[in-house]
Amino acid sequence: MKYILSFVLNGQPVDVLAEPTDTLLDVLREKLRVMSPKRGCDEGDCGACTVLLNGEPVRSCLTLALSVAGQEVMTVEGLSKNGKLHPLQRAFHEHYAAQCGFCTPGMILAAKALLDKNPHPTREEIVEAISGNLCRCGTYQEVLEAVQAVARGEYAEVKE
Amino acid sequence: MKKRGIGISCNTHPAGLKGGGDPSQALIRVKLDGTLDLVIGAVDIGQGCKTILRQIAAEELSVPLEAITLSNFDTDIGLMCTGTFASRVTFIDGNAVIRAARDLKDKIKRFVGSQLGVEPEQLEMADNRVFVRDNPEKGMSMAAIGAAANWGGAILVGTGAFTPGAGQDFDPETGKMTAIASLAFGACVAEVEVDTETGVVDVLKLVQVYEIGRAINPLLCKGQINGGSMMGISFALTENLFPYYPAVDFAPETFSDYILTTAADMPKEMIYDIVEVPHPNGPYGAKGFSEMTASAAPPAILSAIHDAIGVWITDYPATPEVILRALEAKSTS
Ligand code: FES
Ligand code: FES
Repeated sequence: MKYILSFVLNGQPVDVLAEPTDTLLDVLREKLRVMSPKRGCDEGDCGACTVLLNGEPVRSCLTLALSVAGQEVMTVEGLSKNGKLHPLQRAFHEHYAAQCGFCTPGMILAAKALLDKNPHPTREEIVEAISGNLCRCGTYQEVLEAVQAVARGEYAEVKE
Repeated sequence: MKKRGIGISCNTHPAGLKGGGDPSQALIRVKLDGTLDLVIGAVDIGQGCKTILRQIAAEELSVPLEAITLSNFDTDIGLMCTGTFASRVTFIDGNAVIRAARDLKDKIKRFVGSQLGVEPEQLEMADNRVFVRDNPEKGMSMAAIGAAANWGGAILVGTGAFTPGAGQDFDPETGKMTAIASLAFGACVAEVEVDTETGVVDVLKLVQVYEIGRAINPLLCKGQINGGSMMGISFALTENLFPYYPAVDFAPETFSDYILTTAADMPKEMIYDIVEVPHPNGPYGAKGFSEMTASAAPPAILSAIHDAIGVWITDYPATPEVILRALEAKSTS
């Protein structure tokens, strides 16, 4: 049995047909073709499927799609504005904080959730915020440096 | 009780198969607008070979990096590359790209020579154009060359291939051989803290130096070193496919029992340096080195554990269980 699921995705209202067993990750990737959340393990261990649900990082592979009805979901697709990359995206790019890139969308969103609440985190707070996201390429040091650079305001100005 | 120790390791790594015989090819063509397509067979798994190989082509042909599009996505029409492994792509594909670029440069000069009525030997290539050495005003921009060649029924393509020839002068008695490809060298010092109650090992600090010939892209080298370090810490302390080998019991099935390092396992201090001694056969002297960054930390960590608690762990990984058993064996012996 399918239900109409309505929620806000990256600021836009969407309606999509979903089954009760569909996860949010299934709906985003297979139905809405939003591809930044990655299916790394599909069981909550890796963080590659991280999205923001009302600003909080959640594992979309463990979130039942119908449970997000009426709520706000954000993926990396929603970060850039008018073709301008988000400061975190620019910082990740310039610090080489993405190698294969598989963990990167989850890392960026985990970092965004942290900075939105705590714009000047300590090293320990950043490490803690991204410690649920596995990176097989081992980019942790570069991710840390990128987030620290954003926290210092180095990417505040929007580049034309 | 928490006990600290320091350990050191040294390592070396060849680029590609150490007996040679692993070729790669490259092709570069001039497009209508004078920009270039670089076609290679190597796969970029995040190490950045798409950037490095474009850098090499841009350097050889004196064109901006942005003028080069790289394609490696189609195995039907793609070129031969033995593979992305053993830190071989910068070294071997890099050499292939240099050869393809030099071949293309010759062809471009011959084409421009025929257009301008001058000998190709009189021409120079710089700043995205080709011009007469003694009369720099007289020349053609790459955009003009692209248009004239492609609309004029010509095709400007350069090709290159590189292979360290297979199995040369290998002495089976001693293993002595010429380093056909390259050998990079590294050293790593680890400082650890071992908790003798829980068996947990914390890596507090890694200091590493790599001699890599030439860092064509220092930022990418940094990523390889820090990323490899995290893999090395994983190998040394947590990752284990068969914890009771040869028995297969308790073999991990998910990431919650096959443990990778996370950001929380990062040493507070990760210090590295790069030493450049150009290799005679390397592209601009570069050697391959990435893979050795993952094998440097484990022996340094195990030596540091020995320094801390006086036991040698000879099998990776040194999990808390392994540490506690070793401590127990030591105290009962
Ligand atoms: S795919 Fe959701 S945590 Fe791995
Ligand atoms: S960049 Fe490859 S997994 Fe993180």
